[in-house]
Amino acid sequence: MSNLSDLSVRQALKLLQNGDISSLELTQSYLDRIQALEPQIKAFITLTPEMALAQAKSADLLRKNNPDGDLPALLGLPIAVKDVLALKNVRCTCGSRILENFIPVYTATTVQRLLDAGVVILGKTNTDEFAMGSSTENSAYQTTHNPWNQDHVPGGSSGGSAAAVSAGMAPIALGSDTGGSVRQPASFCGITGLKPTYGRVSRFGLIAYGSSLDSVGIFSHSAEDLAVIFEQIAGRDPKDATSMNIPVPAIHLDSNTDLRGVRIGVPTEYFIAGIQADVEKNVRTAIQHFESLGAQIVEISLPHTEYALPVYYLIATAEASANLARFDGVRYGYSAEAASLWERFKQSRGRGFGSEVKRRIMLGTYALSAGYYDAYYGQAQKVRTLIKRDFEQAFEHVDAIATPVAPTTAFKIGEHTNDPLAMYLEDIFTLPTNLAGVPGLAFPVGFDHQGLPVGMQLMGPHFKEETLLKLVHAYQLSTQWHKSMPDL
Amino acid sequence: MQLTIQEVEHIAELAKLDLSDEEKEQYREQLSSILAYATMLQNVDTGDIPPTASVLPERSVLRADIVQEPLTPETVLQNAPHQKEQQFKVPIVMENGQ
Repeated sequence: MSNLSDLSVRQALKLLQNGDISSLELTQSYLDRIQALEPQIKAFITLTPEMALAQAKSADLLRKNNPDGDLPALLGLPIAVKDVLALKNVRCTCGSRILENFIPVYTATTVQRLLDAGVVILGKTNTDEFAMGSSTENSAYQTTHNPWNQDHVPGGSSGGSAAAVSAGMAPIALGSDTGGSVRQPASFCGITGLKPTYGRVSRFGLIAYGSSLDSVGIFSHSAEDLAVIFEQIAGRDPKDATSMNIPVPAIHLDSNTDLRGVRIGVPTEYFIAGIQADVEKNVRTAIQHFESLGAQIVEISLPHTEYALPVYYLIATAEASANLARFDGVRYGYSAEAASLWERFKQSRGRGFGSEVKRRIMLGTYALSAGYYDAYYGQAQKVRTLIKRDFEQAFEHVDAIATPVAPTTAFKIGEHTNDPLAMYLEDIFTLPTNLAGVPGLAFPVGFDHQGLPVGMQLMGPHFKEETLLKLVHAYQLSTQWHKSMPDL
Repeated sequence: MQLTIQEVEHIAELAKLDLSDEEKEQYREQLSSILAYATMLQNVDTGDIPPTASVLPERSVLRADIVQEPLTPETVLQNAPHQKEQQFKVPIVMENGQ
């Protein structure tokens, strides 16, 4: 075996099941790779090697003692977790100084379900502060570097998770996606990333940003690997009232690449002036590939697309301003020494939060404030209805919608830090899915002239993750882009 | 759409954020340009369109009324920066008969 960290999830699980490798060997190989690459990539805020090795030993012991037993599905598989998902007794910072010493007292449902399935946790990955950003540059701790070119960002906000998987430091990572925070970094790092339907995966233990938009998502190298993890984390959770009681299908991905009978819509509004030429060229080539597999390509319209950006930045920031009110220096987090309670609130928040978080709290507070509520927040909620209807109408005619993930490939570190609006524009193709609550899947379809990955997005109807995974699996069976790894 | 420093200070007060003069000026400029961009929403006719607060269908999410094991006081207070006798401790809220 040349390199254990090049294994797919299915391959790794097979080797573990057959006793060809132990979880301890597999975990150690990832920890070794992390140790070698972390100084340059900076993907993790907190590493948990001791816990990982203990979990790996337990997994190996359980397997040894139950040679014929029914063992947990992911027994011994290492994963990384974005540092916005709570893991009991392990520091959870959300990329913020305000939570520098915060130790969760319970575990997020998604993480717990994976632990119950036998995984080993390597560490907590870097994120823009409270998942607000598109580059990890808003992390209070460090900027993660793109494994394909370390002068460039990995995307964000789940950039640590994306870079870790891209660099072979973890086979799987969890992220969160409020406006594209799984799909855009997956695209920038040349890997495959799923944002499930809103309500499909529990948000319990995901520290809230925009509650009507937040989804827990997954990174890996292929749709096939994503399906293995998705089956474990999806489904109703009594601890999250927005998780839906809709059966999760067992996803069977076979070797069939015949897509005859499938209709894929291509919305004109997503191929706009300003999109990078290499992005459009590679995405159009990938759409032709789907056509060559038998899919019917249909031009469609999502007429309210241009409004998604302002709608998102009013609704997400309004929800954030309410959600982040809990950080007051009283129950947890940084607490300023102050003579009065009001001063403690203001100084704890003023010093504890970083620049982008304060900007979004200010914007959201303004949008909700007396005299401006109807014009900004109220109007945004109504236009959100129109964006959602665009998708409902489109999915009466097509099974999936194909678009670029982002208008550009990974930009340079520092390129957008002084212009928030330019940074927000990086998300224009991923925001609409969160507003409509539909699932989106990002996957690599080529490289630009600088050698940076280009990603394509497939969006589907509510609760049709299986359709997206099957389509991308067919693409990945007949192409090689997802197998490209950065030279590190 | 140009915010004044006074408006920025009003929002910061509502949001309970202590900002430096430099931050106030920076946010005045940046929020002004973001809000100017957002005025494009005023051009959309939404006369009879209902607002979307959640994409999920409305349904009952009540569980059976059965007592469950709560977190212990020690657990709840584990991350408290200031505590006393199993309570969160805060500075004086009102004084001198206010």
